[in-house]
Amino acid sequence: MKLASRSLYRPGLMAMLVAVFVFAAGCGPKKVEQKPTPQMPAPAAARPTVTLQASPSSINPGESSTLSWNSTDATQLSIAPEVGPVTAQGSTKVTPAASITYTITASGPGGNASASASVTVNTPAPTPAPTEPSIDALFLKEVRDAYFDLDKADIRPDAHVALAKTAEFLKNYPQVKVTIEGHCDERGSTEYNLGLGDRRAAAVKQYLVSLGVSGDRMSTVSYGKEKPFCMESTEACWQQNRRGHFVKAN
Amino acid sequence: MNGALNRFRFLSIVVLFGLAAQLTFAQSQGWFRAGTGLGDVNKPRLAISDFAARSDSAKPHASLFTQVVRDDLQFSGILELASPSFYPPQAPSVPAELKPAVWIDPPTNANFLGFGNLSESTAEVAIEAWLYDVRNPSSQAVVGKIYRGAPTDAQVRKFAHQFADEIISKLSGGLPGVASTQIAFVSSRGGPKEIWVMNYDGSNQRPLTSLKSISLTPRWSPDASRIAFTCFAPSAGVTSAQICMFSMDTGKLVSFARYRGTNITPAWSPDGAQIVFSSSMQGSPELYVTDASGNRAKRLTFANGANMSPTWNPKTGQTIAFVSDRGGTPQLYMMNADGTSTTKLDLPDKGYVIDPAWAPNGQLMAFSWRRPNDNYDIYVMDAATQQLVELTRDQGRNERPSWAPDGRHIVFESTRSGTRQIWTMLADGSQPHQLTNAGHNESPNWSSK
Repeated sequence: MKLASRSLYRPGLMAMLVAVFVFAAGCGPKKVEQKPTPQMPAPAAARPTVTLQASPSSINPGESSTLSWNSTDATQLSIAPEVGPVTAQGSTKVTPAASITYTITASGPGGNASASASVTVNTPAPTPAPTEPSIDALFLKEVRDAYFDLDKADIRPDAHVALAKTAEFLKNYPQVKVTIEGHCDERGSTEYNLGLGDRRAAAVKQYLVSLGVSGDRMSTVSYGKEKPFCMESTEACWQQNRRGHFVKAN
Repeated sequence: MNGALNRFRFLSIVVLFGLAAQLTFAQSQGWFRAGTGLGDVNKPRLAISDFAARSDSAKPHASLFTQVVRDDLQFSGILELASPSFYPPQAPSVPAELKPAVWIDPPTNANFLGFGNLSESTAEVAIEAWLYDVRNPSSQAVVGKIYRGAPTDAQVRKFAHQFADEIISKLSGGLPGVASTQIAFVSSRGGPKEIWVMNYDGSNQRPLTSLKSISLTPRWSPDASRIAFTCFAPSAGVTSAQICMFSMDTGKLVSFARYRGTNITPAWSPDGAQIVFSSSMQGSPELYVTDASGNRAKRLTFANGANMSPTWNPKTGQTIAFVSDRGGTPQLYMMNADGTSTTKLDLPDKGYVIDPAWAPNGQLMAFSWRRPNDNYDIYVMDAATQQLVELTRDQGRNERPSWAPDGRHIVFESTRSGTRQIWTMLADGSQPHQLTNAGHNESPNWSSK
């Protein structure tokens, strides 16, 4: 049995949001323009050294971190971005708005050297999110559709079990609203199936009301045979299509 | 309503060898011949000679005009068209050039000859067209017309349809021709199901709606100015089936009242003032009648089940036929237009009986019947006697018949070519003709003018 791709009919359920976070660490800061190093031999000059530290290295928005540095054999030192030329050693406070990497560049007769230190600014946890996706996931996991016999809108014994499970979920999550879609197999006419699908959706709603779910939370729509789950002309496929299908409406 | 509806007399039709056998059967049925005007053995025989082009630039339109007139006449079913390959070499372009004898002689054997000429400038096409009774040459022209208009293919087609309808009307004693009619249908060739329209011969297929949801069951108003249909219109975030109304005059939707639940299958009263449709506004799908804007709803059926697909007797306005599954499976019922006196059509073996469509004469009804372990086929029934003729057999799924205003043609959907397409046939099942090819097409409805 070949199932019709659900993405054809329910793009919302299938849409995956893929967020790619590009960390600025390795590629952000502008390099300070360096003077060309003279190509002359300079036998006595030692190559400069430099260190840079940020403390603390992780802050909350609005807080400060202290940058401290040490150098040897350097005549010019500069910290980028923002800070600018500095003395051979020292410290300064910085209050970056977002995560950032500072680079100190030291130059002297013996050449150049640089060092970096990063300050991570913690982003606040995404506000209401964590509950929302989990309800969606639970909805897909817990809520069961009701299947029907040919030409019938009666709730079958297996549908009693399925709808009890669905009712339990809806009672546990009273904020959830649903649309109940009535679907039919391809054998009846378009028009008859729209009528039959309406009766199926209404029967499912009525049964859930009898189990204590408020009717205000449930709307119904009949799609007849216009949105089949399965496209083959087999009994197995027709059974897939004879159903009351739940869609989360909020 | 006729109380005899429950007493159903079924004429068993054993059709083993296809349409020819059906045609023979249909022709033997007096009621059927009277109802459809088909089956007359003395059909007049016509020849349509090539219309003369008065200049080289007029040649394409002269041959288009000739071809469309021939196609229309061939399609009409009320006359016989002599094959053009047998025509004498000299075609008259004006009455003075007509030599009747050569058209009467075999193999042409014509009773009537259509002929004429076409001249064309960049601004105008002018067509002179005549029909003469060649066996009575001293008489006046049966038809004599001059058509003038823009030199476009569409305009030339229109003139050809008018000339053909004129001939059909004259030879049939006033029956309307269908050459200028249109067929509305549903097509999913562009993705979602939208309402489309085409000329009766399948030309000029074009979309009317662009709702990008699901649009179904178009029905022309009696004056052909509007099309009512089933749409899936969201309102305040909730999608449900509603009745939508398209205006051919403005090319836009006009308002129609929304109701709770599932609202489907609109049909027009013969005067165009009322719409009957199925709605679950009060629970199960029942039939309601409203004015043409959807207001002042009055409930007609009170049955436990789904009721839909109404068709209003176009001649009397007294009876509405519809489909109901109140008995377990979809079956055909009839009631008075005020909802009283409901009777069921009892067919000898069960199955589904759907898609009722009254013929313009208000006596015949076409419908689709899926007999047990069989496919859907189209039948025509005499509503008074319940005598039946089967029009299709063993050729895929055939559904949703709709009558042409001449009462001699039926348009329907069929899967016989492999995909679901729109077809026409004569009302006896002969001359099946495929109108659509692109994508899937369904639910045709023939305009009444």
